Parts: sequence; structure tokens; C-alpha cells
Amino acid sequence: MDKNKSYNKILDVRELAKSIKMMVVDAPEVAAYAKAGQFVILISDEEGERIPLTIGDFDAKKGTITLVFQEVGKSTIELGTKKAGDSIAHLNGPLGHASDIKNYGTVVVIGGGVGIAPIFPITRALHEAGNHMISIIGSKSKEFLFWSEKMKPLSHEFYITTDDGTLGIKGFVTTPFVEFLKDKKIDRVVAIGPIPMMKSVTKVTKENNIPCIVSLNSLMVCGMGMCGACRCKVDNQSRFTCFQGPEFDGNTVDFVELSSRLSMYNQEEKLALDSYKEKK
Amino acid sequence: MAIKKTTTPMREQDPAIRVRNFNEVATGYTEEDALEEAKRCLNCKTKPCIKGCPVNIDIPAFIMEIKEGNFQKAIDILHDKNCLPLVTGRVCPQEEQCQMFCSLSKIGDTVSIGRLERFAADWEMNNKAEQTTEFHFPKLGKKVAIIGSGPAGLSCAGDLIRFGYDVTIFEAFHKSGGVLVYGIPEFRLPKDIVETEVNNLRRMGVEVVNDVLIGSGKKIQDLFDHGYKAIFIGTGAGLPQFMGIPGENLSGVYSANEYLTRVNLMKSYLFPRFDTPILPAKNVAVIGGGNVALDSARTALRLGADHVYMIYRRGREEMPARVEEVHHAEQEGVDFNFLTNPIAYFGNEKGYVHEIECQKMELCEPDASGRRRPVACAGSNFKLKIDQVIVSVGTTPNPIIAKTTPGLETQKKGEIVVNDVGMTSIPGVFAGGDIVTGAATVITAMGAGRLSAQAMHDYLSKE
Repeated sequence: MDKNKSYNKILDVRELAKSIKMMVVDAPEVAAYAKAGQFVILISDEEGERIPLTIGDFDAKKGTITLVFQEVGKSTIELGTKKAGDSIAHLNGPLGHASDIKNYGTVVVIGGGVGIAPIFPITRALHEAGNHMISIIGSKSKEFLFWSEKMKPLSHEFYITTDDGTLGIKGFVTTPFVEFLKDKKIDRVVAIGPIPMMKSVTKVTKENNIPCIVSLNSLMVCGMGMCGACRCKVDNQSRFTCFQGPEFDGNTVDFVELSSRLSMYNQEEKLALDSYKEKK
Repeated sequence: MAIKKTTTPMREQDPAIRVRNFNEVATGYTEEDALEEAKRCLNCKTKPCIKGCPVNIDIPAFIMEIKEGNFQKAIDILHDKNCLPLVTGRVCPQEEQCQMFCSLSKIGDTVSIGRLERFAADWEMNNKAEQTTEFHFPKLGKKVAIIGSGPAGLSCAGDLIRFGYDVTIFEAFHKSGGVLVYGIPEFRLPKDIVETEVNNLRRMGVEVVNDVLIGSGKKIQDLFDHGYKAIFIGTGAGLPQFMGIPGENLSGVYSANEYLTRVNLMKSYLFPRFDTPILPAKNVAVIGGGNVALDSARTALRLGADHVYMIYRRGREEMPARVEEVHHAEQEGVDFNFLTNPIAYFGNEKGYVHEIECQKMELCEPDASGRRRPVACAGSNFKLKIDQVIVSVGTTPNPIIAKTTPGLETQKKGEIVVNDVGMTSIPGVFAGGDIVTGAATVITAMGAGRLSAQAMHDYLSKE
């Protein structure tokens, strides 16, 4: 019935890493306007919830966007069952502020886990703006790591870390970071990943007075500033991640509150997953 | 023949039953009820009721048709001025609008104009299996865009399509209707009714494009670049306000907008069949005294709450909510706490809210809004055990378009500035409804939508 319904067709689905899927979606209206740092909200089927996902890549000429997500709950697992040729019921984007891109000098970009996906377009834009790029991507283990081949060509210096040492440096993303901080002047850091990662990166940047941008993955419903489900505390003020973010000054984000709000529906999520598995 | 002094009552679901279901509370007039009520209308020559109607419906005329049993003619008269009679017959505050001017108020109850409007609209919905009306509107060959499919946008679209424009509505949500689908609960306004109204507009030729948030991505200027000759912004007052008191970001503290959006739009009352959850709660505090606060309180009861405290800093007299809704909420067992204001929320070790601290208030001299200003009473603090809070202390205009449209003039709280016919500081861009006035009513927004439609037509005719 609606004109945009013919869009949102999935062109390609791939397993990028363990339980991490990549989807290329025909979404010319989103691709035409997308900028690094923005996100979409999608509903995979009519009875589904609104899922916010950062845009991993976009191609305005082809009219496609690339979404990367980890299959953690009912909705993302169900989304992961979709195949090339299927459609996504609803897709709205790009949403949120684009990243601030200019020549800062030397920029460290840090992507952890599924956060490697949104860090990619930001890295590309900062690279194009002429920054000296130092990239660190990390995951628990080799099998969870992806897109090193996309990140490496955009990086003047490039590090991989794994918690268990199966690839690259053994340790966390902060391991090489604190090391080269000793003799390098860093003008800006952009870190996207799990909360413990962003928290430990900002601990270092705070101590060293380095601006650090993080992109928050708050729970959301609307994505357009009308519900406040995504509110978080930044610099002691309540902010809406959807339209005032998703990027904020990481050095002033209240990660304890964010993490508490992210686990608000743990019981309901378990219930939804159990009842989904039962049906299958 | 003597005029009956009391109005014909409308049937309602029993409070004890309805409080556990989401079906419509008021079930509407039967034909007999409608005929009886229509007979009460004096058909005054001066038609005082019309001046209370924001869209100038010829009220006595449609009531006279009901009286004669010409229900089709009655609904035709309503459609002439109002493209959403199913909706307004249910949610208009008639007692402050048309009915306030009814001559019968001098001798008794006013005519229940709203109930008669609903009757006529329901009659059409229930008696015309297939809408077969063919529309023959002129074709002007000019594109116009409407942003937002709430009451303002829908009524603006209804008029523009009749004038002969190619009308496209851009709606950010996946369902159309704006506040009618995300805000007003099923038990006051069934969602299939909103869908019927939107589909009526589609049949008239209005194109509705969902899932597009204008201002993020596609901007106002892009719409002009894509050939739209005039644009109407009806994006509403959707930005929820919080009070800035401690504990407001605890888990289990919702804005009324989030709470109602989860339940109404995302159907979380049917979780887990629908994927969007809502936290279960037994003792709920609803902060505020407006219709949205009442909708939240009554929704909480239907979701299984044992006790719902309405916490409002002014008194009963100052409540902005409709009398009928207050009455319904009282019947259903909502516990009203007037002259009470929250000052903090406290959470358990996992971050879920479990206690609210309030203080008692007293009313002093009137403030800028004309209502008496509440002031805290020293030493009156007390705490209540609760497991959910719904903050319903108002909303301000959605800021997204204003932020991304250079040259669009706004007021302090983000209201878009318009002239007397609804044109903004940008030629060809019009705005109306809550985005201009701040939070108001469905019918006021519809009136603004119609005013702008006429102004857009005048503007484009001069081009």
C-alpha cells in the first residue's frame, strides 16, 4: 500500500563472525542521506519491536545500506533468520546526529565486538578528512572479530586485540592504547563497543585529558525524540540518545546508569526468547 | 412538546469488567438513543453551538437529519467540515467547545453533540460494508507535502485533496495517525477506527509514506527540490518533559509518551505475542493531572496494577483533564492525590524504582497560566512504596525539523512561529497543531490543519 514498501529488500546476508550477521539492504532513501555515525530503526515483522541499529556501511550510488548485528535476543535472532530476497517490514533512517568530522590531527578509533561495524564509516570519514588514523579493533576471541580487511587500509597504524590472544595483541583494546599514549599526542578518540570497553577507554582519556566520543546503544522505542526510553545521563544532564546522540562526550557519560537501564527488560527478554524457541 | 431536561445516557461497560480489558469503555448510542437525544435539539436560529466548534460543523443541521432518521445525510454534513468524525465524536472535549454554548444549558443538560456525532460516524462505518463512493476532485497537477499524520496533518490532507492537489503525507512511525495511534488508548479510541479514517483518506487519493522522519535525512529543502510546492508541518508536541528530580532515570520510570507508545502503538499489552515489553507493576504512581495522565493511569489498571496513585500538584478544580475521563477513572478505582508533588524517586540495588517521596502543596495566587500556583508545605514530606512511575507533566514541540531547517523561526520552547493563516517564516512552509500551539486538543489541531490547507490553496493559487 505504501510506496516505500517495495524497498527494504535484503540483498545479501552473511555471517561475519560468530553470532554476528551482516545484512545488505536495498534502502535508497536511507543510503542517499546516511552519514557516518547515524543509525536506523527497523521492525523485522509486523508484530516485531523497533530495533535500533547503527549503519555499518552505506552506498548512495547503489542505494544500499549495510547493517551488522549480534544475535542476542529474540528479535535479533529472528532478524538473523531472514534470507536474501526477504524484506524488512519497516525501516526508518538515517536517524540521530552524524559524527563531527574534520581534521583533528591524530585520531584513535576503537571498535570493540559488534562496535567494529559503526566505527568503520567513522574511520573512513575521518581518514578522508586527512587525520592521522590509529585504529584498534578488538573482541573476546578471533572468531568474533571481523572487518579488519576494511579497517586496515584506512589506518596509518592498525592494532587488533583479543582477550584470549588468539589474534593480534593479547588483552583489551586499552592495552595498546595506554602503551602508545606514552609517546604520542592524541587529539581525539572515538570508541564504540560494549559498555565495559567504553568505560575503560574513557577512564584513560579522562586521566589524559583527551576528548573521547562514544556512541551509545541505549534501549529505544521511537528513535525520534518523542518517548524518552533512550534517556541517559551525560555531564549530569538527562539526554535523549536518539536525537541528541547517539554520540556523546564519553568522558562525562554515566555508564553505571546506562548499563542499569540496558538490563531493565532482562526478564522479559528471556521470556520472549523462551517462547520463541518453544514455537520453533 | 416539553423538552427533556436530562441528556440520554450513553451505554458503558461496567467499571469492574472494563478495568481488566482494553475494549472501548463507552459503547455508543443505539438508534433509539440517538433519535431521543436528537429530539432535544432546539435547532436555534442563532446556532450558538457552531461558534464553539474549531472546524465550524453545521451542528444543528446534522442533528436535524438524525432526528429525521436520515443518518447518511447527517454523516455527509459532518464529513463536509470534519474528515475524522469517528475520532472527534470520541475524543473532543465537547463540554468546553460546542456544548458549552448549547441553549439547553439554561434549563438542564446540554444536547450531547459529541455522542450524536459518534453515532452518525459509527452508523456509516457499520452500515456501509464497502465504501464505494467515487471521488471526483479537480486535478491541479501540483504536489504538496504534509509532515506528520496526526490530527492536524490528516485534516489538512483531507482538504488539500479536495482542492485537487497531489497530497503526500510523510509519517515517521510505521503506523499512521500520530497521537491517535500512539497516545490515545484503545479503550478510548480503538485503533481500527483510526485506520478506517486513514484509509478513507487513502481512497480519496492521499498518499501516506510511513517510516520517514523528515528533518533527519530528508529535509524541508529536499522536499521543495523534489517538486513539492508547499509543505505543511504537523509534527506535534511529542517531546516529553521530565521534572529533573533525583531518580527519574531509574528503571521503571517512564514518560507517559513512552508508556502509552509501548502499549498502544507497539501493543505491549499483548507481549510476548508482540515483541515490545512493558514492565509489570502492582503499585503505580502517575504524575500529572491531564488527559494523558488519566490515560496512563487507566492503562496501568488494565495491565494489572492493584493500586494506581494519581499525583497532581494542584487541586481537582485545576485539573486540565476532561470531567468525563476523571469520572471514568474514579469509577475504575484510580486513587487521586491532589495538592501533592513528587520530589524524588528511590531504587533498589538493581536500579528499579521502589519508592517515591512526595510533599503536600497549597495553592497561592494565580500564575501566568491563570491557575493558582502550588507551593510546597514545609515538613509535609511522605513516602509511598511503588514499583512504577509514569511521568505525565507535559510535552513540548518535537525539535527535529526546527533544528535542521535554517530560517524556520521558533519560540522559546520550540513552537514554530506562524502568521494568522499558518504560514511560517519560510514562504510556502505552513505549520499547525501542537507544533505551533504546544500540547492542545485533537480538534484544535484539526482546525489548524484546515486553516493551513485553505492558506496553502490561496498561496498556490497566486503562484
